[in-house]
Amino acid sequence: MSILINANTKVMTQGITGKTGAFHTRLCRDYANGRACFVAGVNPSKAGEDFEGIPIFGSVKEAKERTGATVSVIYVPPPFAASAIDEAVDAGLDLVICITEGVPVRDMIATRYRMAGKKTLLIGPNCPGVITPDEIKIGIMPGHIHKKGRIGVVSRSGTLTYEAVGQLMELGLGQSTCVGIGGDPVNGLKHIDVMKMFNSDPGTDAVIMVGEIGGDDEETCARWIKGNMKKPVVGFIAGVTAPPGKRMGHAGAIISGGKGTAQEKLAVMEACGIKVTRNPAEMGKLLKSVL
Amino acid sequence: MNIHEYQGKEILRRYGVATPQGYPCFSVAEADEAARKLGGKVWVVKAQIHAGGRGKGGGVKVAKSLDEVHQFASAILGMTLVTHQTGPEGRVVKRLLVEEGADIRKELYVGMVVDRASQRVTLMASSEGGMEIEEVAAHTPEKIHKVAIDPVNGLTDAEADDISRKIGVPEASLAQARAFMQGLYRAFVECDASLAEINPLILTGDGKVLALDAKFNFDSNALFRHSDIVAMRDLDEEDPAEIEASKYDLSYISLSGNIGCLVNGAGLAMATMDTIKLFGAEPANFLDVGGGATAQKVTEAFKLMLKNPAVKGILVNIFGGIMRCDTIAEGVIAAAKEVKLSVPLVVRMKGTNEDVGKQLLKASGLPIISADNMADAAQKIVAAVNGH
Repeated sequence: MSILINANTKVMTQGITGKTGAFHTRLCRDYANGRACFVAGVNPSKAGEDFEGIPIFGSVKEAKERTGATVSVIYVPPPFAASAIDEAVDAGLDLVICITEGVPVRDMIATRYRMAGKKTLLIGPNCPGVITPDEIKIGIMPGHIHKKGRIGVVSRSGTLTYEAVGQLMELGLGQSTCVGIGGDPVNGLKHIDVMKMFNSDPGTDAVIMVGEIGGDDEETCARWIKGNMKKPVVGFIAGVTAPPGKRMGHAGAIISGGKGTAQEKLAVMEACGIKVTRNPAEMGKLLKSVL
Repeated sequence: MNIHEYQGKEILRRYGVATPQGYPCFSVAEADEAARKLGGKVWVVKAQIHAGGRGKGGGVKVAKSLDEVHQFASAILGMTLVTHQTGPEGRVVKRLLVEEGADIRKELYVGMVVDRASQRVTLMASSEGGMEIEEVAAHTPEKIHKVAIDPVNGLTDAEADDISRKIGVPEASLAQARAFMQGLYRAFVECDASLAEINPLILTGDGKVLALDAKFNFDSNALFRHSDIVAMRDLDEEDPAEIEASKYDLSYISLSGNIGCLVNGAGLAMATMDTIKLFGAEPANFLDVGGGATAQKVTEAFKLMLKNPAVKGILVNIFGGIMRCDTIAEGVIAAAKEVKLSVPLVVRMKGTNEDVGKQLLKASGLPIISADNMADAAQKIVAAVNGH
């Protein structure tokens, strides 16, 4: 079992002909069941053509109707990314994964507002994507470092997620699904949303939650875990050494007004019964200790 | 991206938000001229730097004569202003704002930020103007009022009036306060701001509502549609190392420690810094070379770190995913040779082509210390820097 995506998921790529979209669609198609999963591309100016055998349609709606795809992955450039999400939401897709980094926050505020009451789930923007190992990979994470198993991973960061996965693998622990929710302040699914899914997934036994400075999503999730989570959760928060007022790479990774520090997040998580480590080299070991 | 107070006020005036009259000045002569043009009997001479706390640091003076304007402008221009936000080294004042004096009856606070929880722009207002809003939030949170603004309807008349009353705006000034807040919201949205702070917003003796200060930060993801705001960038106010880094599309932030770190990915870069601290040292920088780093980018990153004389050792931490470890290894070797590396270097590589990368480093003949994991890497560089 897994959350969000599996070997039967049908995916379209918005921005399939761009450099990044083409490169990663190829890698995703070559991963596990990818050849059956990646069924469509979208590009209004190349409708009717194909990308290495994957048909290109003029709109998300048409791609959905013609191929049955219910999930889209977005690689279009930042100025157009929010309207690409809007199009996927309007077409009634189940899930949209926006990889694009650098989407203006104002665009995302408008897009999130439009999404209220709609069924579509959004992951990202500015995220590595989602992988259910040995079944399907949607995004830019390296597929080969993963293997199928029973540990869930949810994280705001890309390479730090790979780091957590790498540590699990050294201990022989595979993953049910790994979700990179992204580093932007206004985005789709938060830690708490993904945690609820892992809680209900019979294929997940425990979860690693990786957070970073900025906002209070980790605290919100921790409070929910305290009252509801039936499975062990371990955590790490990056940015103990980050100075206030400086954006640490991700748009959302900034301590402002004394809020969003790593210490504060770690304290709340511990108070909510989550085992945390201040040593990011020990995420895997910590997880193994709670099984 | 940040701008100066005078530039923030120019933006506010475009959106109908009232501010005192004033002129930016780059010399004492310009300050004299500005005061004469403004007329009146009282002027305010304000240092323009990208940091708060200017008044306490001696960078804001009220002048009661043209002679005093001259005197204060001479004193402030060129001074090294130290505030709680500049760090102990302070900032040299190169620009002034000379404004007409205002008859302050009451000081209030109005700010706007993007609230992550509600995913909306949030207006914050308080009767406690002129103070650090963080202090107000910590000690008297009941004095901060908030409205999450509907992105379609904007800030409504009713919302503006309600919050104005709560912070003590008298009935006679409500219409002005409403225009002020709605103008500020339009400025915030249309200019893609990430933060706007008017502290203080003042009520004058004759009932006017004015922005006495203006602080704006802008969403750097949206600058592509605001060439006018990009033109307001003042490179003198930014860290030269960070400017240099941005030329190579490297995300770099100077810190106060002595261990340089080069990492791919923002989260992993922060985690690497944290690990260095965990083992008793301090990072000299945050440096994310990004997902698509090339050998050339890695070389530039090395040069950048080594320009900092405080750097006594370097830790490279790479999780090779799509980017291969051998590519990074080639970059590290080229960089170490080009810059004639003289400080200890610890490299930890994991992921795609890890073995090839490690082999390349070994074969290079360079004194590179290899590490197996992040903790091992941090311990090794801390030991090397401490001379063990």
